[in-house]
Amino acid sequence: MDQFTLNLIVVGITFAIYIGIAVWARAGSTSEFYAAGQGVHPVLNGMATGADWMSAASFISMAGIIAMAGAGGYEQSAFLMGWTGGYVLLALLLAPYLRKFGKFTVPEFIGDRFYSGGARLLAVICLIVISVTYVIGQMRGVGVTFGRFLEVSTDTGLYIGAAIVFAYAVFGGMKGITYTQVAQYVVLIIAYTIPAIFISMQLTGNFFPQLGLIGSYAPGGGDVAFLAKLDQVVTELGFRAYTSDSMNMFNMFLFTMSLMIGTAGLPHVIIRFFTVPKVADARSSAGWALVFIALLYTVAPAVGSMARLNLTTTMWPNAVAGNALDGDAISRAEIDSNPNLNWVRTWETTGLLAMEDKNGDGLIQYYNDKSEAMNAIAAERGWAGNELTKVDNDMMVLANPEIAQLPGWVIALVAAGALAAALSTAAGLLLAISSAISHDLIKGSINPNISEKGEMLAARISMAFAIVVATYLGLNPPGFAAQTVALAFGLAAATIFPVLMMGIFSKRINKEGAIAGMLVGLVFTAVYIFIYKGWFFIPGTNNLEDIPANYMFGISPLSIGTVGAVLNFATAYIVSGATKEPPVEVQDLVESIRIPKGAGAATHH
Amino acid sequence: MADKSSSNAYWKANVRIITISLAIWFVASFGLGIILRPMLKGISVGGADLGFWMAQNGSIYVFLVLIFAYAARMNKLDREHGVEE
Repeated sequence: MDQFTLNLIVVGITFAIYIGIAVWARAGSTSEFYAAGQGVHPVLNGMATGADWMSAASFISMAGIIAMAGAGGYEQSAFLMGWTGGYVLLALLLAPYLRKFGKFTVPEFIGDRFYSGGARLLAVICLIVISVTYVIGQMRGVGVTFGRFLEVSTDTGLYIGAAIVFAYAVFGGMKGITYTQVAQYVVLIIAYTIPAIFISMQLTGNFFPQLGLIGSYAPGGGDVAFLAKLDQVVTELGFRAYTSDSMNMFNMFLFTMSLMIGTAGLPHVIIRFFTVPKVADARSSAGWALVFIALLYTVAPAVGSMARLNLTTTMWPNAVAGNALDGDAISRAEIDSNPNLNWVRTWETTGLLAMEDKNGDGLIQYYNDKSEAMNAIAAERGWAGNELTKVDNDMMVLANPEIAQLPGWVIALVAAGALAAALSTAAGLLLAISSAISHDLIKGSINPNISEKGEMLAARISMAFAIVVATYLGLNPPGFAAQTVALAFGLAAATIFPVLMMGIFSKRINKEGAIAGMLVGLVFTAVYIFIYKGWFFIPGTNNLEDIPANYMFGISPLSIGTVGAVLNFATAYIVSGATKEPPVEVQDLVESIRIPKGAGAATHH
Repeated sequence: MADKSSSNAYWKANVRIITISLAIWFVASFGLGIILRPMLKGISVGGADLGFWMAQNGSIYVFLVLIFAYAARMNKLDREHGVEE
């Protein structure tokens, strides 16, 4: 059976499972549609949160982003710490209290706590901007993954993905999404882990990739540490060492913080904690979510760095046992004839890997041709520039099953895993968007007297509408999808997180303070990003070139959410101090969400 | 609901636990993983240094322990103050 048929079968089976779950978990009430009836077991909710959280970017791209970074892999640890540390903030500062509040959406809490329809509306706007920008990247991810594994165009892939999400999100709501996410988590974690274990066994003899990362390099005889070997080989070729210090520690600090508080402020993550039965479950469920996320995130740096060493020793066979440059680079003839190097040719045909014998010596020299020292060596040896002209980040994950010579069904499983990661995140985001429309806008302000049945219909129509808009934006993305995700994290950090935290931990912050704080956070963060990335991400409309020399105090637009959050907190405190304190019933509301007792009773309203 | 003074004591105890937990959260990631890394280069962990390992793997394990420890301590506190569900 050929690989394509195998991919179709495995992906087809997983899709059948998702649809089956959708039919079984059909939502019968608004409580089920918005919050899965608040009856999800905390461990299952943790799993669903893991799938919801880990996107196509986490699954396909993150390991490569870390491994192939020009500044070395260490600086990119911001992603690893940032995207996990946010769960500590969620568990300690937000999830239990918002679960006690017991309603369905993030704007609903902001509206009630700050006794203001205006604050609720502003929160809806922030939520929609955050979630829509985030979902564009997911829809692209679905399209690209389909395109790569099922040999259809990106656009066709996007339509197929949208149709699958439509089937289980419109009918199942949060209940359908939750249980499909549990299944999607299982698929994606198996798909990620199997190749990682085999690569780790081959390179370090360790079953656990986490131990392999700090283990010794087996093919070289076992007396050199794996990371030391990697540093030696890449620096020999003129690249910065994998474990090098950060180029800008201050910016790395702010970027990590921005990702952490951005994670804790993402509405589609927060609403997952509305689905568990009790306050105590919300706390432990955040822990379970992090267990399931950590299974992938602690493996990712091992996967990336091992794939990079594999690629480098493939290009310089002498590097396995000694110094890369003591021997010749690999020859084109070797790549074309050695059956163990089939994967190189496979990935060349996809365009993710490209090489060109610039000096016509029949060998493929891979080195950093931006390094002065390397260019001196190159001139001496008659090289005409780096001949491994393209290595896509995504290859570091996608090519691993073939590099490790694993059977075809593992490759098919990786395809299904990548699709599961993209679909589950898209569905979670779409639910956050549609519930903000049907519950906060329609039920909350346009038509408060809408019946339960009417609201269910409105919720389903909003979901269908959100999918159509997301599909359209996925087909016609404004600028690069990756840049828009930076906006989502920055805004979540600068708007939603501070306002929620102050609403819980301070009784003194009032309506005026919350609205002023959100506005300042929103405008400051968005404007700073637009100045460098282009207004509304339209290419060419940026005021300053997106390079570190232009940044204010060296702060990159990716890290600015932390500053936006600080401004939000400061503005809210100053404005609240100058205006009158919240009414007694709001202060009582704050008292009540701080006490776990009575959460079950608060759910129906 | 519990009376006012008891719920104040409960909240104060909670804030105290949160503060200690966040201090550990900060030291594990921003401290050992970023700010203190250059100073701790002498401590090696399998081919690299402690700061590198904390940033790539170690801090995540600390986060995990922190959340479950917090959940357990809060369950105990809820019972002591009679505010559990």
